[in-house]
Amino acid sequence: MADIPMVAAHHVRLGSNSGQSMTRKDGLAKVTGKANYAADNRPEGLLHAVFAGASIARGRVTSLDTKAALAHPGVVHVMTPDNTSALSQDPDEKTTPFTARIDVLQHDDVRYAGQPIAVVVAETLEAAIEGARLIKAEYDEQPARIGFDDGEAFTPEAVGISTPPKFATGDLEDQRKQAASSVSVVVETPLQYHNAMEPHAVVAAWDGDKLTVDMPNQAIGLAKPSIANYFGIPAENVTLRSPYLGGGFGSKAVLFGPQMLGILAARELKRPVKLALKRDQMFGPVQHRSATRQTVRYDMDADNRLLAFEHRANVSTSSFDNWLDGAANAGLSLYATPAISVAHTGTRFDTGTPGAMRAPGIATGSAVIECAMDMAAEKAGMDPLEFRLLNYAEKDHSNGKPYSAKALRECYETAANAFGWKDRPLKPGQMRDENGMLTGWGMGTSIFHAPFFPAKARAVLRKDGSARAETSGADMGQGAWTALWQMAADGLGMAADDIDFDIGHSDLPDGSVAGGSAHTASAGGALFAAGNDVIRQLAEIATKDSDSPLFGAGNERLIGENGRLFKASDPNVGESYTAILERAGIDEIEGQGRGNRDKASTETYAMFSHGAVFAEVKVDPDLYQVRVSRLVGAFAAGRIINPRLAKSQLTGGMIWGMSFALHEEGVHDKRTGRPLNNDFAGYHIPVLADVPHVEALLVDEDDPHVNDLGVKGVGELGITGTVGAIANAIWHATGVRTGRYPIKIEDLLKGAEALKA
Amino acid sequence: MALRISLNINGTEHGVDLEDPRPTLLDVLRERIGLTGTKKGCDRGQCGACTVLVDGRRVNSCLTLAVSLDGTEITTVEGLADGDTLHPVQAAFIENDGFQCGYCTPGQIMSAVGLLSETGGKASAEAIREGMSGNLCRCGAYAGIQDAVLEAQANIAKAGKS
Repeated sequence: MADIPMVAAHHVRLGSNSGQSMTRKDGLAKVTGKANYAADNRPEGLLHAVFAGASIARGRVTSLDTKAALAHPGVVHVMTPDNTSALSQDPDEKTTPFTARIDVLQHDDVRYAGQPIAVVVAETLEAAIEGARLIKAEYDEQPARIGFDDGEAFTPEAVGISTPPKFATGDLEDQRKQAASSVSVVVETPLQYHNAMEPHAVVAAWDGDKLTVDMPNQAIGLAKPSIANYFGIPAENVTLRSPYLGGGFGSKAVLFGPQMLGILAARELKRPVKLALKRDQMFGPVQHRSATRQTVRYDMDADNRLLAFEHRANVSTSSFDNWLDGAANAGLSLYATPAISVAHTGTRFDTGTPGAMRAPGIATGSAVIECAMDMAAEKAGMDPLEFRLLNYAEKDHSNGKPYSAKALRECYETAANAFGWKDRPLKPGQMRDENGMLTGWGMGTSIFHAPFFPAKARAVLRKDGSARAETSGADMGQGAWTALWQMAADGLGMAADDIDFDIGHSDLPDGSVAGGSAHTASAGGALFAAGNDVIRQLAEIATKDSDSPLFGAGNERLIGENGRLFKASDPNVGESYTAILERAGIDEIEGQGRGNRDKASTETYAMFSHGAVFAEVKVDPDLYQVRVSRLVGAFAAGRIINPRLAKSQLTGGMIWGMSFALHEEGVHDKRTGRPLNNDFAGYHIPVLADVPHVEALLVDEDDPHVNDLGVKGVGELGITGTVGAIANAIWHATGVRTGRYPIKIEDLLKGAEALKA
Repeated sequence: MALRISLNINGTEHGVDLEDPRPTLLDVLRERIGLTGTKKGCDRGQCGACTVLVDGRRVNSCLTLAVSLDGTEITTVEGLADGDTLHPVQAAFIENDGFQCGYCTPGQIMSAVGLLSETGGKASAEAIREGMSGNLCRCGAYAGIQDAVLEAQANIAKAGKS
């Protein structure tokens, strides 16, 4: 690899593409039906596979009757643990912190309802579906353990991906002695299932020991060697294509059993196989958000300044793996709190294993923290916004570090003004609209960390003036096809329309995971650096060429823009890229890039995106039906590459917040452990009628430390803060806090009755 | 029980042989004819990703048995654009960022086309929110979807007057 180019430090001015609200590069393909998702592939000789799921949540399969399935016309094979070959790597081994333990017909044990127990492969999809229905299983069933009262408690070693489960700083007891008042709240949050619109799918085709896989994936660079390990082939034998993901939200970042079964079936039958999950199968083997039971307590002095923050979270996981949502880590860096104590405990449910789901930990924890903050404001007799400003964190109180940038004050002001927060009555139940609906206003603070992953990218400039930039990155809807393309073009100093751009393929340099809201910064930084590397090489050629107008200008700052290299001090002195390459007789220059975050900055600064969300709800005074009539948020996330797409990410996140507050709940039967609402009729997410007004405003923020380009993430920020804002607005309308999400009519009615009593 | 039906899809006649009556219109489009623009999100009429027009009316193609559609005219998302010229609804979805991952988008667009023809170009914002609520979008692109349908309606009206 060529030298890693160093990009000028601090607030680089990008070229003419970044910062522009370009429409989506993939827009035309997506509105015409040409965008090719995994399950759209139909290689020659394709077979269809459908798995049968366990109808118990815990126990063992004692017998499987496959006769009727095998006799069904069109069925060619039924895979069971008896006839399925072992994978080359134990699927219960965790080779990396990202590896999930998966069920791939290697044993008879049942660990959750819906776990694959057989796979039916057929010539047609209809025959495969029917065949799976005809599988008859008998079980040795153990009682299912569902819920915090029935599940097995344990002490976790980590939460999230290798994050400590406990943290404390300051002297909690000492601070409490000085406190004048305190608030404490217990809130439960339910299991939530990602439910991307595109069900997980795979189309697998083997050619000898070479494998081509069409599969939506958020982390191609991790998936490729993992697949190779499972099937005992060299990583270079795996081609993984994932140009479009029909949503991911964390659930397409690691490998799951059903997709590996599709690949296995293709190997056994020596024909290409397609396996797409049915919607009801999305409630088991492909992760979810942990359920939690949380307690948050704030202690305040006589001036209403926070002294102590305590957060406890009991978090669900499965019986056979250890992912826990880090809910109690959500408030570490949020408000000025001299003493902090947070800790997690774990409870094992007989469900599939949870995983990262949009804003893991922070969404779940902030949903409770923001309610506690509102209760504290109420106790203080203060406006919730003023109370938050009084307790504004000027540094990260968990470690004393200054923030790399924090324009949260501006976010509060911008969103409050746009919303019209002024003159909000302090007490609940004071406002009615023209139709007599109870009206409430609430707010919450958004925060999300700004991680950075080591992505790589490549850029090529050719003699004819054409160029190409590429990285394996993934677009699951966040806009990577567009934002990364803009950054790649700016790295090359060309118009975006003049470069070929490619992502979503395992042959490309590892663009790292599209997750953690880090993809634009990480993969975009790599693409920009790759383009810069090309320009650096081009400048080296030109400044050494006595026929170039740039000859001898090696010590000067040169700029590449619109396909022309020129002196910063005198833009008239320069020449086109093509002229430089033509004269040098070079066909093309290849540049390599990695994004860069300064190591010293990582040590020195706390790095977060921030925002403020304001909600208005209307509650029917008799029925207690809730409508969110307005959601207004303002967000600061460093340099915004594409305002149009960033706003879409933020409003999408806010709608997820609404969904968390009012709609989503995965319900499992306590006796059988089976999901009771595993379809869209039972598992509710917002529809357009639920979202009359959602608005995201962008606040300028120059973050000179977070990475070379000052880019932070917006994908997960919007959900945080919004959940609490809606809960607080409902309290403001009704005077009721329900103690669990989603907030339900029956709980509000009960609370309202209690208030009257 | 072999069955042969004839479907006019996006202006082209397709003879389709069915070995039995089970295949849905959605699976026939995707797996047998190769028109994969129409998407499967739930396979039970709860998400709208599979919305197509049958004789001008929007239907969930996953809930419709192909065998019941002999002789009908079907429009899918692949049949809306005229070469490189987009249908106003398609153009408005791009312009207003009415999608993110794009998976529900073919259904959203076909549903919007159906809705605008049902309401004769006079749909209020509220009617659009209600009329598009059979089409789920997990990304939460609803603000853009509403704006896109309103803009398309306005543009269609403008074109009609000129």
